[in-house]
Amino acid sequence: MTVSELPITAEARHDFADLASRPVLKRKRPGQLIAMVVVGLFAVMGAYVIVTNPGFGWPIVAKYLLDIRILNGLLTTIELTVIAMVLGLVIGLVIAVMRMSDNALLRGVAGAYIWFFRGTPLMVQMLFWGFAAVLFPTIGIGIPGGPMLVEWNTNDVLPLFVAGILGLGLNEGAYMAEIVRAGLMGVPAGQSEASHAMGFSRMETLRHVVIPQAMKIILPPVGNETISMLKTTSLVIVIGVGDLLYNAQQIYARNLQQIPLLIVASLWYILLTTILSLVQARIEKRYSRGNTIQARKA
Amino acid sequence: MSEVQFLNVHKDFSGMEVLKGINFTVKSGQVACLIGPSGSGKSTLLRCVNHLETTSSGTILVGGRMIGYEVHGDRLIEAHQKDINKRRSRIGMVFQSFNLFGHMTALENVMMGPVKLLKVPNAQAEAEARELLAKVGLADRTGHYPAQLSGGQQQRVAIARALSMKPDLMLFDEPTSALDPELVGEVLDVMKALARDGMTMIVVTHEMGFAREVADVVAFMDGGVIVEAGDPNEIISRPQHERTKAFLSKVL
Repeated sequence: MTVSELPITAEARHDFADLASRPVLKRKRPGQLIAMVVVGLFAVMGAYVIVTNPGFGWPIVAKYLLDIRILNGLLTTIELTVIAMVLGLVIGLVIAVMRMSDNALLRGVAGAYIWFFRGTPLMVQMLFWGFAAVLFPTIGIGIPGGPMLVEWNTNDVLPLFVAGILGLGLNEGAYMAEIVRAGLMGVPAGQSEASHAMGFSRMETLRHVVIPQAMKIILPPVGNETISMLKTTSLVIVIGVGDLLYNAQQIYARNLQQIPLLIVASLWYILLTTILSLVQARIEKRYSRGNTIQARKA
Repeated sequence: MSEVQFLNVHKDFSGMEVLKGINFTVKSGQVACLIGPSGSGKSTLLRCVNHLETTSSGTILVGGRMIGYEVHGDRLIEAHQKDINKRRSRIGMVFQSFNLFGHMTALENVMMGPVKLLKVPNAQAEAEARELLAKVGLADRTGHYPAQLSGGQQQRVAIARALSMKPDLMLFDEPTSALDPELVGEVLDVMKALARDGMTMIVVTHEMGFAREVADVVAFMDGGVIVEAGDPNEIISRPQHERTKAFLSKVL
C-alpha cells in the first residue's frame, strides 16, 4: 500500500504515528542514469579519436610544448594581457567617472570615447596602431602650425609591442568603463549621501565609500574580461607581435605541423585561463567583505 | 553656537514648489521636531540645512553663518565645495535608511570620519569610537558589519558615526521609520540622552510621543509651509489649524 492509499480516517489515526517513524528515501531518477551513459559513450568516442588519429601528432605536441620560442611567445602573451588589462582598468575608471560627472563636456567626451572604441572592430584598431607611422611619420611636441620643439620617429617610440598594447588597452577601456559604471551605480545613493553629509568630498567619497563597495559588482565581469583578454591578445598577430599564437604559426610555417602546434598554443591558453579562474575566485572572496553571506558564516 | 535660522526659504523641484517660504528658528541646545504628512517638505527642509539640497531663494543660517551660499555682490552664489564640506563636517546627519558603509565594521564606520577628515591618529580614533559605541549600547558589536546588525543597532551605530565628528548640530531624517516597532525604543532612548546632553537637534519624525516628551519646539508642515509651530504640548494636544487637527487625528 502506497502512502496516498492510506485510509485517512479517525480510526486509522494510529497509522500516522507509524508513518512518522519511517525513514525517508530519495526517489529514483532513471533519466539521470541514461544521461550518464550517453555522455560517457561520447566521452569514450572522443578520447578514442584523439588518441588514435595520428593527425593530432601528440609526439610533436610534446616536443614543442616547452620549445623556447613557444615559451617566449607565452611570456609576450602574458605581458600583453597584464599591461592591456591595467591600461583598460585605469581608462575604464576614468571614463566611467567622467561619464557620471555633472560636467556635460566630460560626459560627452566619455560618451564619444566609448562610442568610437566599441563601434569599430578591435582588429581594425589594432591595424591602425600598427600603421600609425604611415599616418604620423613623426610625433612630437610643438606649436600647432608652427615649429616642433621635440620630435621622434614614430616607429622608434611606437614599437609593435606598444602598438599592440594600445590597440588592446584602449579598446578594453571602453568596455571596462561600462563595467565600472554599472558597479558605481550599483552602490546605493544613500552611501554617497551619508559620506557627503559627513563632509567628504566627491573624490574622497568615491575612493573610501563607493569604489570599495563597487568592487564586488565589478570584479566578476573584470575576471571575465581578463580571461577574454588573454585570448584576444592573439589578435596582435595582424601587426606581427611575437605572441604565443604568432610564434606557433612561425614554427608550423616551416615544419607544416599546423594541428600539433595549434594544440600546443591551445594547451597553454587553457592552462592560463584555468589559473585566472582560480585567481578570480580568490579575489572575489576577498572583496565580499560585509556581504550577508559571509556575515552568516562569521 | 549652533542656532539654526530659516529665513524665507524657498525650493522648487523643476517647477514644483516644495518649500514656500519657511521662517523658523531653532535655538542652540533646543530640540525641534518637524511633523507633517509625507510630501509636506519636512525632509527637504532638513536636507537644506547641510546643503544636501539646494535652495531656490532665502537663506539658512547655522550658528549665525550662511550655509551653502555666499554673498556675491547683490546676490547669493553657491559656496565653494570645500567650504560646504567643512560646514557639513560639523553637522551630524542620521538617515531613515541608516546608510552605514556596508564594507566597514561598526567600529570602522565610527572611526572613518575622524581618521580621514580630522586626521586623528588611529589609536585615539579607535578609543573614541569604542567609547561612542559603548554610549549607544553597542560595546559588544564593534566588529560586526552592518549586515550583521538589526535595524535598531544599525541606526545606533549611525548616530555614533555622526557624533564621532563632534558636531554642533544633529539632523535626524525619520530615524525610526524603517525600524520594526520593537526596535524604535532603543533608538529614541539614545536620542533622548543626546537631547539631555544639550545637543541641538532637528528631528523629522512621526513619533508624536517623542516629540511631546523631548522637543522644545514642534513645527507642523503641510504643502511646503509651516502651518503652525510652537510648544509641543500646545501643537499636539490643542492644534489650532484644521490641517494640523486632520493630520494628528490620523497619527495619534
